[in-house]
Amino acid sequence: MAISVLSTWPDRVRRRPSPLASFRQRGVTSRLTLGAAALSLLVILVGLAALSMGPVDIPLTRVASIALSAVAIDGAEFTRTEQLVIEQIRLPRIVVSALVGMALAVAGATMQALFRNPMADPGIIGVSAGGAFGAVIAIATGAAGWFFLSLPAFAFVGALGAAFLVYGIALLGGHFSMAALLLAGVAISALLGAIVSAIVITLPDNEALREVLFWLAGGLDGRSWEHVRIAAPLILVSAAILFLFARDLNLLMLGDDEARSMGVRVGAARLLLLAAASLATGAAVAVSGTIAFVGLVTPHVLRLLLGPDNRVLLPMSALGGAIFVMLADTAARTIIEPAEFRVGILTALVGAPFFILLLLRNKRRVQSL
Amino acid sequence: MTLNTTTLNNGATNGAAAIEARDVGVSIDAARLLDGVDLSAERGRFVGLIGPNGAGKSTLLRALASVLRYQDGAVSLFGRDLEALSSRNIAELLALLPQTPPYSQGFTAVELVLMGRYPHLGRFQVEGREDERIAHESMRLTETDAFHERSVDTLSGGERQRVFLARALAQQPQILLLDEPTSNLDILHQLKILTLVRRLVDDGLTVVTAIHDLNLAARFCDRLVLLNRGRVVADGSPETVIKPDVVERAFGVRSAVYRDPATGALAVSLIEPVATEAADVAAT
Repeated sequence: MAISVLSTWPDRVRRRPSPLASFRQRGVTSRLTLGAAALSLLVILVGLAALSMGPVDIPLTRVASIALSAVAIDGAEFTRTEQLVIEQIRLPRIVVSALVGMALAVAGATMQALFRNPMADPGIIGVSAGGAFGAVIAIATGAAGWFFLSLPAFAFVGALGAAFLVYGIALLGGHFSMAALLLAGVAISALLGAIVSAIVITLPDNEALREVLFWLAGGLDGRSWEHVRIAAPLILVSAAILFLFARDLNLLMLGDDEARSMGVRVGAARLLLLAAASLATGAAVAVSGTIAFVGLVTPHVLRLLLGPDNRVLLPMSALGGAIFVMLADTAARTIIEPAEFRVGILTALVGAPFFILLLLRNKRRVQSL
Repeated sequence: MTLNTTTLNNGATNGAAAIEARDVGVSIDAARLLDGVDLSAERGRFVGLIGPNGAGKSTLLRALASVLRYQDGAVSLFGRDLEALSSRNIAELLALLPQTPPYSQGFTAVELVLMGRYPHLGRFQVEGREDERIAHESMRLTETDAFHERSVDTLSGGERQRVFLARALAQQPQILLLDEPTSNLDILHQLKILTLVRRLVDDGLTVVTAIHDLNLAARFCDRLVLLNRGRVVADGSPETVIKPDVVERAFGVRSAVYRDPATGALAVSLIEPVATEAADVAAT
């Protein structure tokens, strides 16, 4: 009797599919629709909560009625100040945080697949270091004060310039390889990092030094609709390109020969994926500085939950990254009011322990990634 | 056998061979891996590529699949030059089963097999019911449906090989290139897989396979091509290629060739390596 209990019970437990396992068995379209619906809802909820939180506490009901009044539906009362705080201060900042999170997570997922390496992050081919280099040059030379968006412009040019340089080095000698690209990325990042350090050390005034350190720690304070306007098109178009090439990315994950024998134009597809991921990262870095860990951790967590299919993983990473940075930035601007914490510090401070916990719990599955 | 017959007729209209290589040469750095190789397979033929390690069998298959660039010669599929076809057109016509299945990054067996539908899907399409039916049919044929939801990386070498064969079948090619399809399989699955491939060939599929086991090669293939040091040294029916003197010259192994009373197929017993000096002489 005891034997039969022992022999059947564990079996039944094993056979009961977890909700996530049965989720994975659904078709791509169904997984995408369900996942996108759930995460979009979460984006909206987090967004509404973030709108109501801050130095001026605006209750959720008023946030809702301000939102409704925007589409000409009259709801409860709210003051003009509340409306301005929501529309001109908090909403653009939250939209920027969502865009940045989206860009970093999608680019991170893409780079991890392209390099077949879970260590890859969005800045792996020098984009982040290039962005920092551009920003520091702008601050050190005073160019940051030229016009409102000159700092993001310098950062963006630096980011893409570094990516081009790295890609060019990997192409030299006519024999392109992903390993060369990775190593060139590491080398150029180190070189730019050294130059940034040299500039920081020799900065004459403390104000500029503070500004550099602030930028390097990543932050979204004072982000306006202008920032949304410059970052949104770049990030949304890049993300759309990456979504459309997610199936090619699946095959590239298995190897160049595999992809080629399945009809993927390997060179062209890879260049496009690298360019789109770098563009998204460059745009994110330009408006937020370097925000650590989002691009590494978000795709990882979602891959553990949803499996490796990039057609599902990339869009879900976009939404997941948006949620991550929205939450982190809301915490950054509210936990030590009226002062502000840097969001880039917070993402690493919270993200890293969480990530380690997850790795420990899923060690076996992580090894199989 | 509904799997291949649906797509078999387009492309095979002219009398050209399904796949034909003329004077193909491949060099990588200073090494000449293939030199002046001719090979052709008519539609519905099962051609075996045999030869010692390093003879160039995998290189030839990869060149035929356009995965590896060849510097000299020409390859045509149904009379159309390989270089004039887009990579997608090639993938619609031809599937390659690699010798070592790649690390599969956590994909489940069914996800991997569905990837075989890639060349048939547009940029904005996802797999539909028909694609799923084809994938499941391929998995049924290769007996991989029992573990369709398992991560491919957790499967045994033989199971993994069969999953990749299922994917190649799901591609619905007219030409199937197999690189050592039985290398990881137990004897039961070696026979099952080769019997399956033979049946697909009888239905019109064209197959070129690299294969080490001379007995299986002689029994299942219509024609054998013996490669040695990047050149074709024998080409013909199993009876004309599997001969003690040919085997000894190419492999350095003394053998006996006879008709197997149990299967009726040509069989070869490998007796011993010939003395080293003789093998060296033979190899040069």
